[in-house]
Amino acid sequence: MAIVETRRLTKVFKQGELGAVNDVSLTTLEGEFLVFLGPSGSGKTTLLRMIAGLETPTSGEILIGGRVVNDLSPRERRIAMVFQSYALYPHLTVYKNIAFPLKAQGVPKADHRKKVEWAAGLLGIGRLLDRKPRELSGGERQRVALARAIVREPAVFLLDEPLSNLDAKLRASAREELERFHTSVGTTTIYVTHDQVEAMAMGDRIVVMNFGEVRQIGTPAEVYDDPADTFVATFLGSPPMNLVERDDVVVGFRPEHFFPVAVLAGRAAVPEPIRVADREGPYVPLSLRVGHEEYLGAERIVYGAIEGGAFHGRKVISRLSSTLTVRCEPGSVQAFAVTERHLKFYDRASGKRTAARPHTWQ
Amino acid sequence: MSARRKVAGKVLHVGVLVFFTTVLAFPFFWMLIASFKQNIDLYTVENNPFKFNLPPTFEHIRFLFTQTRFVRWLGNTALVGAIVVAITLAIAVPAAYALARLTGRWGQRLGIAIFLTYLIPPTLLFIPLSRVVALLGLQDSIFSVVLVYPSMTIPFSIWLLMGFFKSIPKELEDAAMVDGLTRFGAFLKMVVPISVSGILTVVIFSFTLVTQEFVYALTFISPESNQMIGVGVPIFLVRGDVYYWGSLMAACLIASLPIGFIYNLFLDRFIAGFTVGSVK
Amino acid sequence: MTGDRRRAAGTAPGWVLGTAMFAPSVLYIVLLIGVPFALAVLYAFSDARIGSTGLHFVGVENFRSILQSPSFRKALRNSIVFTLCAQLIVIVCSNILSIALEKPFRGRGFVRFLILLPWVAPVSLGTIGWKWILDSIYSVITWVLVALHLVKPFNAPMWLGEPHLAMASVILVHCWRLIPFSTVIMLAGRSAISKEIPEAAAIDGAGFWRTTFQINLPMMTPILSVAVLFGIIFTFTDMTVVYILTAGGPFDSTQTLPSLAFATGIAGSDLAAGAAISLFLVPVLVLVAYLMLRVAHRAEVV
Repeated sequence: MAIVETRRLTKVFKQGELGAVNDVSLTTLEGEFLVFLGPSGSGKTTLLRMIAGLETPTSGEILIGGRVVNDLSPRERRIAMVFQSYALYPHLTVYKNIAFPLKAQGVPKADHRKKVEWAAGLLGIGRLLDRKPRELSGGERQRVALARAIVREPAVFLLDEPLSNLDAKLRASAREELERFHTSVGTTTIYVTHDQVEAMAMGDRIVVMNFGEVRQIGTPAEVYDDPADTFVATFLGSPPMNLVERDDVVVGFRPEHFFPVAVLAGRAAVPEPIRVADREGPYVPLSLRVGHEEYLGAERIVYGAIEGGAFHGRKVISRLSSTLTVRCEPGSVQAFAVTERHLKFYDRASGKRTAARPHTWQ
Repeated sequence: MSARRKVAGKVLHVGVLVFFTTVLAFPFFWMLIASFKQNIDLYTVENNPFKFNLPPTFEHIRFLFTQTRFVRWLGNTALVGAIVVAITLAIAVPAAYALARLTGRWGQRLGIAIFLTYLIPPTLLFIPLSRVVALLGLQDSIFSVVLVYPSMTIPFSIWLLMGFFKSIPKELEDAAMVDGLTRFGAFLKMVVPISVSGILTVVIFSFTLVTQEFVYALTFISPESNQMIGVGVPIFLVRGDVYYWGSLMAACLIASLPIGFIYNLFLDRFIAGFTVGSVK
Repeated sequence: MTGDRRRAAGTAPGWVLGTAMFAPSVLYIVLLIGVPFALAVLYAFSDARIGSTGLHFVGVENFRSILQSPSFRKALRNSIVFTLCAQLIVIVCSNILSIALEKPFRGRGFVRFLILLPWVAPVSLGTIGWKWILDSIYSVITWVLVALHLVKPFNAPMWLGEPHLAMASVILVHCWRLIPFSTVIMLAGRSAISKEIPEAAAIDGAGFWRTTFQINLPMMTPILSVAVLFGIIFTFTDMTVVYILTAGGPFDSTQTLPSLAFATGIAGSDLAAGAAISLFLVPVLVLVAYLMLRVAHRAEVV
């Protein structure tokens, strides 16, 4: 188990162009599950591959367990990696796949069986040892890839979007298995994904990246409730945070904090799911001209535009629990509001978070 | 990876490339030199063969084009090539299409059967075919090979085109037929125009096969003036026992390079044809 | 109305049209491959000669006499030896070369063009080029060896005149032709391996040699097989190289089955004997066809 640290890590692929990774400095905590989250092209995979030793940094340092590993080959860094396609060796049995790292690193043959069976047991694939990868399901392949990774007892695990090749149904159970695996083994893990739901569910901390830069590092609660800039604010959360602009300020509020006034004022029937705290404090009234509504079973998404006042015409989204019985006819104007303490303010030019400003809203 | 190992790796890499490129391309470089060397220079053992000890000459080329049947052979090759290509296209394209659209296991099986006939070599069939050709009165005529070559080009062309047609979505023809074309009309007007690159590959393949072929041409055609370059150059550029090496090398170069150049452009497709089904 | 047409459109061409499109090729193959093949078998059991129209059944007489002929035994041995030696050399060389060509570098396209020349140029022309290079008196190889003082000037090796050297020369020319072909097929095979696999091997701790021999090569087995099988066919059934380079000499030392078949059947006018000799190609062809089918079948299952 070790701490991974990067110091001002940069990777430029083409001279003169913006780097794939720009000046990234971060430190993992021991044993944590750290997620690199970002859209494609954000540099998260390049960053992971540099830590693995598959790409050479243009500048900056990488430290694993306190020592600089820039010049070390992947095998010397004591890391293990699970690839998007799992990269199982198709011509070898599951047993031989798992034993391969042991063979490659000169572990005496007598010890192979014991270690392979231990790794296989940890992931519950003991009965698959004689099969070939093509005979396995997607979930089973993931487990073999994990077994192969853990058999060497590495200091760090690196996972590159291992769930993205699975279909949706399988993804949830595979995710659960990964979480269980991490809890039982406890190795420092870095996990790359573009799926913010995965990141929120699995990560101890999330590193949000865009255009090769780190926008924010924090726990799921931190990046969700206190986004550092407009990118983080809109990347996390679905539907995304509402952002309305005026002068040099962007005001943001999440769809789930955007309610019919009646709810906030306590005049409508409010079932359990809505936190009582949301109803406290002063609120800012905003009229909503309803556009259309999507009924998703557990919740309703109401799309519309702000009617009147300083932000007239801006498109906004509201997210209501289906247990609320407020009617929103398309075309009608409803009285909605946001509690003041849920408002976030961002500087329009840089996108970064700024202090709260009092405003006239009408 | 230490710096020293990296340098050693690079040296090895370059060394391997230089070695193989030299060995493989050397004969052609050699042909180039010999084509322009004066005979006295060429046939003096002590002279350094890599330099022009006497000034280069165009004599061999002049000889080749004026005193031998080389130009005639080029013409024959082009003519035979053109006709064989036409026959191959006319027969293989519809056959490949029919096979590609044939649903069920039969389409695949027939395709493999056709591919296997490509494995039957000319050196097995040339003896009986020589009799057949004589019987048909085509002995010594270029039409003997015009008749026989398509039997070599058609199987592989069908195989190549089958793979190609299979990759064209059926919906295209369905849409054309809904719009009013017949099945055959959809084939002619929709599928064929899209398949230009596949058809071009077949054209190149058939043509290069004609230029490469040796056994049938040697067996069926005796007179020098009816021969093609594949047989004409190695066999007829001699007088008695004496080879005209200078002109011979020039002829080889002139015949090889353009064909080689064009074949090279399409090589990836041929390889795809060879390996379809074996690479997943 | 549109619905009906759509349903009909989804099926294969109606069988009348399909057969019409397919028939000419079947006719061609049957008439120009199937019939001659049957004829070859027929002739082998007959006394066919060039010039005579008679055809009498002679049983296994032809086979008996050729099996006793030392020329035939030499040719059979040579065919096998040349093919196996050439294939071995080609496999090793094309693997090395395909590794060297895998990663892009400046000028790779040009290098590829040069490397492919032996295969794309007509076989007879490349061979005659080698004949000049291997000439007993004027060989450039001899000149280089003399210049390096490895050989005395008047003791030049007879590259095509001394039996063992001649055999080596024939094998050399075959390898020279086949290495480009094999290399290109290997390159296709290598590029089909997802790049994550060697990366996983690197992370697992495998060095260059282990990755090549335990991961890459085994994964390329199907395509390696295809390259080898085609190479075997091209070498085993070729008569052009032998005919042009040595005409089977000296003293039948480079004679192969196809070149002997030609010499006997066409040059020697004994069609029947020639046909009988060429039939000995069939067992190898059948074996190769069978192996190719197995490779294709296994690849489908994956």
